[in-house]
Amino acid sequence: MAVINMIEAINQALAGELEHDERVLILGEDVGHAGGVFRATDGLQARFGERRVIDTPLAESAIIGASVGLAARGLRPVAEIQFLGFIYETMDQLASQAARMRLRTAGRIHLPMVVRSPYGGGVRTPELHSDSLEGLFLHSPGIKVVMPSSPYDAKGLLIAAIRDPDPVLFLEPMKLYRAFKEEVPEDSYTVEIGKAKVVQEGEDLTLITWGAAAPVATAAAKAWQDKHGGSIEVIDLRTIVPMDEEAIVKSVEKTGRAMIVHEAVKSGGAGAEVAAIISEKCMFSLLAPILRVTGFDTPYPAFSVEDDWLPNATRITAAIQEMLSYR
Amino acid sequence: MWIKPEDLTVSQVQILNEAGDLVGEAPNLTSAQLIDMYRYMVIARAYDERVVRLQRQGRVGTYAPFSGQEAAQVGSAFALEKSDWVFPSYREVPALWVHGIPLENSLLYTMGHVHGARLPEGVNAFPVQIIIAGQTTQAMGSALASHYLGDKLVSLCYLGDGATSQGDFHESLNFASVWKLPAIYLIQNNQWAISMPRTRQSGSQTLAQKGLAYGIPGIQVDGNDVLAVYQVTQEAVARARAGEGPSIIEAVTFRMGPHTTSDDPTRYRSAQELEDWKQKDPIVRFKRYLLNEKLWDDGKEAALLQEAAEQIEQVVKAAEGKPKGTLEESFDYVYESLTPRLREQKAAVAKKEVR
Repeated sequence: MAVINMIEAINQALAGELEHDERVLILGEDVGHAGGVFRATDGLQARFGERRVIDTPLAESAIIGASVGLAARGLRPVAEIQFLGFIYETMDQLASQAARMRLRTAGRIHLPMVVRSPYGGGVRTPELHSDSLEGLFLHSPGIKVVMPSSPYDAKGLLIAAIRDPDPVLFLEPMKLYRAFKEEVPEDSYTVEIGKAKVVQEGEDLTLITWGAAAPVATAAAKAWQDKHGGSIEVIDLRTIVPMDEEAIVKSVEKTGRAMIVHEAVKSGGAGAEVAAIISEKCMFSLLAPILRVTGFDTPYPAFSVEDDWLPNATRITAAIQEMLSYR
Repeated sequence: MWIKPEDLTVSQVQILNEAGDLVGEAPNLTSAQLIDMYRYMVIARAYDERVVRLQRQGRVGTYAPFSGQEAAQVGSAFALEKSDWVFPSYREVPALWVHGIPLENSLLYTMGHVHGARLPEGVNAFPVQIIIAGQTTQAMGSALASHYLGDKLVSLCYLGDGATSQGDFHESLNFASVWKLPAIYLIQNNQWAISMPRTRQSGSQTLAQKGLAYGIPGIQVDGNDVLAVYQVTQEAVARARAGEGPSIIEAVTFRMGPHTTSDDPTRYRSAQELEDWKQKDPIVRFKRYLLNEKLWDDGKEAALLQEAAEQIEQVVKAAEGKPKGTLEESFDYVYESLTPRLREQKAAVAKKEVR
């Protein structure tokens, strides 16, 4: 098995699906000749041609509107929005159009389309490139939201997303594109959308996280255990919609303590939904309040201060300490 | 040298003048086809008037009447093959009917029925678009699908004068032109976007020229002349099928009623303007032509009006007789399969155990 990083895993997933299904096509800004600004689609146009890997003019709403039309006609478009910060340009086509088509037509038209987009902080991008906006789509029924944090999951979830009969927003943490490598099968495989992963088992605290924040949160949990003992269960949700409530409830009932770590702003984020699930379903198992360590409720700040804005080891450790102080 | 808009001359295509006289070359249509077009227009008008009355009686929801625009819609839809794709806005009942969507479906939609936007199998159309110009990029995507599949199907996108101000329209034109897609943008310029007159909607002399900057040919046509609309749409369809790319058609027409049943046009539109346009009524004009051509007579007209009334009565009866549908069913149409949460909520709704 090859040891590869996330960007290579994504490229493999796309190549495999283009190879395996003539209905699959890729479209987006700079995805063809240039291979994408992060090289996610590197070499695909050379291999599959301009018909299958399409460089579009620069207009995000049209890229998604086109995907709606393509998917309604039986094709399987995989669109790229160059940075998630640009997704607002597409909100009508995603939230009002793509997400509702199945319901509006009482099942007559469904849209097997994927929208890939890099997001997340810590890489010193210009303004409006780094936001974690999954919460917008958690609030838009009809679209699935997948947020992997490792090369293996990224490949398996992307293939699952492309084969999914409904619109999937596939969010790629740009900081993790080349952050680490792991063993990834060269052949195609899927990871089920909607299933969380228990990164490590534990008894005293459940730490729920996803996407860009997952490695940071996991490292902080491990560091705490190494230094202070105790055992922290880390759950990587991997999918925000549909959310794996069962995994959350099962873990929190066991540990009695739950904290959530995500990069998006705190108010109304997906973490609030996780906290609500826990309070609705695990109230009587709780030994402590549910804490969230997240981005602050400011617009994403200038990059010179982003490290203090992002949930980092210091903030996560302080929360772990507070959680475990409740007996 | 400056490129100046005033240097552009746009002349409106007309085949039948307001008196119903031929002023251009009649398109190649059989007598049966001509009569068929007329029947669609007359029955559609009767439907429109009936649905407005149903709304006043509280039997349907908000409705966007199309009276005055029958020629623009019937003429254009007639130029399509059954397998072509139609992307309508909410005012396109006649066009959709010509393309194969029964009036009953459209009425169910206006009644807020769960299945109202579920189009019958085998009819290639999108559900009516509510968001102004939202359908334009989707039609472009459908045209890109035709290009990809090589199936020669044309995507006909209906929009109004107001929609030409939206970004999606412009993005769509740009993409369609770059890739030479088989898309047709049929703008029904009905003079009013709710309360905004055409003159205040756009600084362009015509909407037909909206595509020029994108490299797309356009044409302005008398939208109340069904033969002219048919003719120019036919030309655009031929271009699209031949791989020559997209076209824009501006059909100049008039919305004789309100924007919707919730709107009162007398607040912003003069009675004189309505009166002037009534003189250009597309149905009256076409009827004069058919009478002149000896294809029609008073007896046939009376029989058609009677038939229209009966047909619409049946449509209303069928739609009102259809079971209302359930909220539970809506849970089944969010994703292909129920998520755990949707399953939970659906079960609670079914047991009436909703918190």
